[in-house]
Amino acid sequence: MRIGIDVGGTNTDAVLMEGNTVAAGIKRSTTSDVTSGIVAALEGLQEQRAFHPDEIDAVMIGTTHFINALIEQNGLAPTAAVRLGLPATASLPPLVDWPQGLVRAIGGRAYLAHGGHEFDGRTISDLDRDELRRHADDIRSHGIKSIAISSVFSPINSEFEIEAAELFREELGDDVALSLSHEIGRVGLLERENATIINAALRDLADHIVDGLAKSVSGGGIVAPLFLSQNDGTLMDIDFARRYPVATFASGPTNSMRGAAVLSGLDTCAVVDVGGTTSDIGVLNQGFPREASGEVSVAGVRTNFRMPDVLSIGIGGGSRVVDAGERVGPDSVGYRLISEALVFGGSTLTATDVAVALGRADIGDKSLVSGVDTATANRAMDLVAEKFADVVERMRTSSDPLPVVAVGGGSILVPDELPGLGTVHRPEHFSVANAIGAAIAQVSGEVDRVYAISEGKRSQVVDEARQEAMDRAVAAGAEPSSVAIVDFDEVPIPYLPGNATRIRAKAVGDLALGGLR
Amino acid sequence: MNADKTAMNAERTAAMTAERTMSTDKTRRSQIDADCGNLARGAAILGTGGGGDPYIGRLLAEAAIRKHGPVPLVAVDDLDPDAVVIPVAMMGAPTVMVEKLASQGQFAQAVNSLARYLGVTPTHIACIEAGGVNSTIPIVAAAELGLPLIDGDGMGRAFPEIQMVLPSIYGVRATPMSICDEKGNSGIFDTVDNAWAERLARPATVEMGCSTIISTYAMSGAQVRESYVPGTLSLCDQLGAEVMSARAAHRDPVAAVAELLHGRLLAGGKVTDVERRTTSGFARGRATIEGVGPDAGRSVVLQFQNEHLLVELDGTAETSTPDLIMVLDAETAEPVTTESLRYGMRVRVVTAPSDPRWHSDEALALVGPRYFGYELDPVRFDGTRGVAA
Repeated sequence: MRIGIDVGGTNTDAVLMEGNTVAAGIKRSTTSDVTSGIVAALEGLQEQRAFHPDEIDAVMIGTTHFINALIEQNGLAPTAAVRLGLPATASLPPLVDWPQGLVRAIGGRAYLAHGGHEFDGRTISDLDRDELRRHADDIRSHGIKSIAISSVFSPINSEFEIEAAELFREELGDDVALSLSHEIGRVGLLERENATIINAALRDLADHIVDGLAKSVSGGGIVAPLFLSQNDGTLMDIDFARRYPVATFASGPTNSMRGAAVLSGLDTCAVVDVGGTTSDIGVLNQGFPREASGEVSVAGVRTNFRMPDVLSIGIGGGSRVVDAGERVGPDSVGYRLISEALVFGGSTLTATDVAVALGRADIGDKSLVSGVDTATANRAMDLVAEKFADVVERMRTSSDPLPVVAVGGGSILVPDELPGLGTVHRPEHFSVANAIGAAIAQVSGEVDRVYAISEGKRSQVVDEARQEAMDRAVAAGAEPSSVAIVDFDEVPIPYLPGNATRIRAKAVGDLALGGLR
Repeated sequence: MNADKTAMNAERTAAMTAERTMSTDKTRRSQIDADCGNLARGAAILGTGGGGDPYIGRLLAEAAIRKHGPVPLVAVDDLDPDAVVIPVAMMGAPTVMVEKLASQGQFAQAVNSLARYLGVTPTHIACIEAGGVNSTIPIVAAAELGLPLIDGDGMGRAFPEIQMVLPSIYGVRATPMSICDEKGNSGIFDTVDNAWAERLARPATVEMGCSTIISTYAMSGAQVRESYVPGTLSLCDQLGAEVMSARAAHRDPVAAVAELLHGRLLAGGKVTDVERRTTSGFARGRATIEGVGPDAGRSVVLQFQNEHLLVELDGTAETSTPDLIMVLDAETAEPVTTESLRYGMRVRVVTAPSDPRWHSDEALALVGPRYFGYELDPVRFDGTRGVAA
């Protein structure tokens, strides 16, 4: 059995899973110390379905803690950004487009040094060890304990980042935390470097939070290994989480999409997650969220790490219905739904009221919406259906039919049929979909590199890339027999010689539980 | 080029310049300040699907202005005929440019290297291309050198090869040109014609790591006044500002782009198919858009090679290179590059006139549809065929 826990800003959800079946599911309030909320959720599971701690094979946690810490500028470590690439790149030094408040919050200092590679693997310049030692002295003198290292084209050749890290380790001792950009982002220096700096700033906090999570789980007598879920819906062990907290940033929407897939039994589908104010719509492809292709801005900083491609629209259970149903949202009564909506004795006509009036749901006091005009209600629900259908349509990547799964507290707003898309699936346990998503997470391996493809060698290069992604998944803890390629993308790059092609391959597999005990 | 044609072109240029001056007078800028967001956004729209990452271009320009101060902008028709004008641009792969950023001083070095070879002292810096990142690179060079920048460019849009500029058809030579990498290497090409400049500079750029800064088409103020498209930097700035203010006021930003460029809204819909292939270093492809809303039932086919070069509506060619074909996000008017086109995107296509001189016979030999391998005569932005007035 596994336990999945989702620690959100408001609720801590937990599920007990037997295989892909939900044996128990519980919602508790998130506490400021996190630990007691998790303990309460674990106790709740025990009450629903008693289990012996030894029966648990693994505990998977999804958390929004790290991204919230960044947004609130809370507990960030003083950080140095060291970039290898001189004389290239000096036109735009590290931290160049950051909000000044955030630079101050991380005590950010930028250093440029020689190094870096060309697109084809040649070096731009050799590492200058004396130069790096001078930087190390300055870093030490400013009391900085966390360093982000980036090197030009490190996704193609990572040797300089690794070499520089070893030198800083020698100079500054074992308690300095090192974050290397090739392990965090992809081609696009500023965005990859930014993600690496954010990661470095979260390192202190990561130790603290991971210790807390581990303590709350072991406090329940559970000795099974603990994993955190990543942005792409796969798992990392807690040592990895200490080193790469940034990889947890978007695990919330990812987990709820993955949970929706398992609950509905559909591994390629669109997921509509309806909350009180907004709805998130994403697409699962073979069980995994499609990733955003461009840059993602986090706390005002451009990054390019792996994030799910999610569109949000301003429609939720608390959306106000006005103009005789011609307009629904984006304004919402939000958390005041339970006092302001008609069905709860309030005076605001909300989307929830309309759904109840039409008999789609039984929430609150049905008699309080008997006066709602049926034409208004129908218009409002038709409008909502059109908007959901439109966004799902946008998210499709091909004209093949794409089933739709509705989850979340407000999913009563999604009609049984969406125009042009067919039947909507509504799984049970929809309110704890994110904890389920964490519990069923798998392990991945990825390759993202520019290859020179010579005449007639295309299939060989493609095979190599796929194999390397699968090998990486196994190295990350996947059961070899379960590993398969789930995502493959090949884009020719203009103006580069030799049929340069960027290949991205991603493999995933089930967690090899036996080997970890 | 014969004398008659030269005279005719000069007349047309004068008429056009007058028209542009009138339309941009109130928006013409006298300097570029440290906020280049609007300019970069407008330049990305004029990039017609290509032209590189405007984000990096904006950051480079803003960083240079923060360090060296605002860059004075000089109108093409205010230029002294004896001015010594040196254009500067980035050459190479945008994918490389976003990873191996330029070194400090690389832009000034390209200009200085060419000036030294020519034995001149530059008085002005210029853009050779208004679309994409090459609208902002010269801002950096001008700031670094403390020289004014010309409010205009050699294309009025973006094209992929060195010889594809209006000065080419006025007999201005691309070479001598300088080429500089970020390591401090530099070279000079002095070639027999502009096509050779492209042919030799491309492999040199690859050898230098695929992202170089070049200075090319050095010319006099008189030559700039004859051959340049005036007011394009102000136009980029105005385009970006117009898109942002349309969005803020809940007006249609795509319609605002069409109006500002005196173009037309062709059709809007959903991207339903994208095919790509690489031939001789260029990413070619086609995309199909199925009409939605008022355009339901219509079908748009785009053909591109780095930039959007041909658009067909229901099987009929509606606009081709050299006129502008811009694919914009249906709601935000954010430009969609040929590399980022993908299934499901809601886009609208705007076409707009290029500088009329692009429709002369010798210009069409450089940038017409047949040069890019499409078997058809050019089609103007409004769907008309043949030589425009």
